Amino acid sequence: MSVLLETLCLRTLGALFLSALSLIAAPASGTEIPAAQKQSDYESMSPQTRAMQDDDSVNPGMFWVLDGEGLWRRMDGASNVACADCHTAESMRGVAARYPSFEVESKRLMDLQERINICRIRRQNATPFGYESRELLALSAFVAYQSRGVPIQITIDERLKPFFDAGRTLFEARQGQLNISCAQCHDDNWGKRMAGNIIPQAQPNGYPVYRLEWQELGSLQRRLRNCLIGMRAETYPYGAIDYIELELYMAWRANGLKIETLLYGRDVGAVN
Amino acid sequence: MARALINVPRKARRGEVIEIKTLVSHPMETGYRRDNVGNRIPRDIISRFACMYNGTEVFRADLFPAVAANPFLSFFTVATESGTLEFQWTDDHGNTQTASTSIEVE
Repeated sequence: MSVLLETLCLRTLGALFLSALSLIAAPASGTEIPAAQKQSDYESMSPQTRAMQDDDSVNPGMFWVLDGEGLWRRMDGASNVACADCHTAESMRGVAARYPSFEVESKRLMDLQERINICRIRRQNATPFGYESRELLALSAFVAYQSRGVPIQITIDERLKPFFDAGRTLFEARQGQLNISCAQCHDDNWGKRMAGNIIPQAQPNGYPVYRLEWQELGSLQRRLRNCLIGMRAETYPYGAIDYIELELYMAWRANGLKIETLLYGRDVGAVN
Repeated sequence: MARALINVPRKARRGEVIEIKTLVSHPMETGYRRDNVGNRIPRDIISRFACMYNGTEVFRADLFPAVAANPFLSFFTVATESGTLEFQWTDDHGNTQTASTSIEVE
């Protein structure tokens, strides 16, 4: 009897090992998520976490939005002008749904954070805010918050094409010591569990995000950095073009999903 | 910089049980963590929260290092009369942050 049990156990183990192997051996390029199945990462969170996001008065990310509103009105730099002197907050509606975007003056791809810093440098004659600084996160949160409910709409034109292709390649490329790609988890196996956590589709429509794990607000780049560490891959420095290309591919992949800034961070995840 | 978010119903019927939600911006540093060079980061937490309804304390809580940053507290009280609700968060050093809101009881 015990021998039989042991054999069974071994067989089960073997089957598990084989299925794990087949996941690893599967082609690295994932199948894209069909439009009808596309969903916000909000859908894979627990009801308790969703409740925190649903109510602005209990979502701690709102502290950054309120700080951002203050910064928006604050005169700064050698030019001594405020964001609000040129733009109305209402005119920011829909902006976050179009980023990353091609910036004509510098002929580069830019995400929202970098675009905010460009405005600081060119219009305010001020020093740019550091990545993950309270100020930059607060202003990005305030600007993205204006777009809540606006569907993401990214059109890939000739100028964006090379960045987009690079982003897609990166998303589908195996990397790190675990030798897995973003697509293997988030295109092929979303909705399944890894170490007890539901694998989300990795949609970028709620950023910046307040994560319980960080106990503060963080950018999409910081979140991507976490995933790279989980894959045992090398991370890029903040602001690297690789992140922004990846952000562009992810935004295009999320076309149609509504901006829901501020996402209230998922439950503590296995890959964080 | 924003410090506290309070959610209290603006109006209530006399005798109604109302929910009060409070969120305060605070790092809640435990005192157990170390920085990049190994120095201990000093403890800095809110250790006491109190809510006064027209001067009478209706809710109080002691907080400890295991509480996450930006503590969220929600509790219930009975709407007895129109007036103000005052909130106090006191940290380890005795510094107090306050916020207040009014309620109309019919």
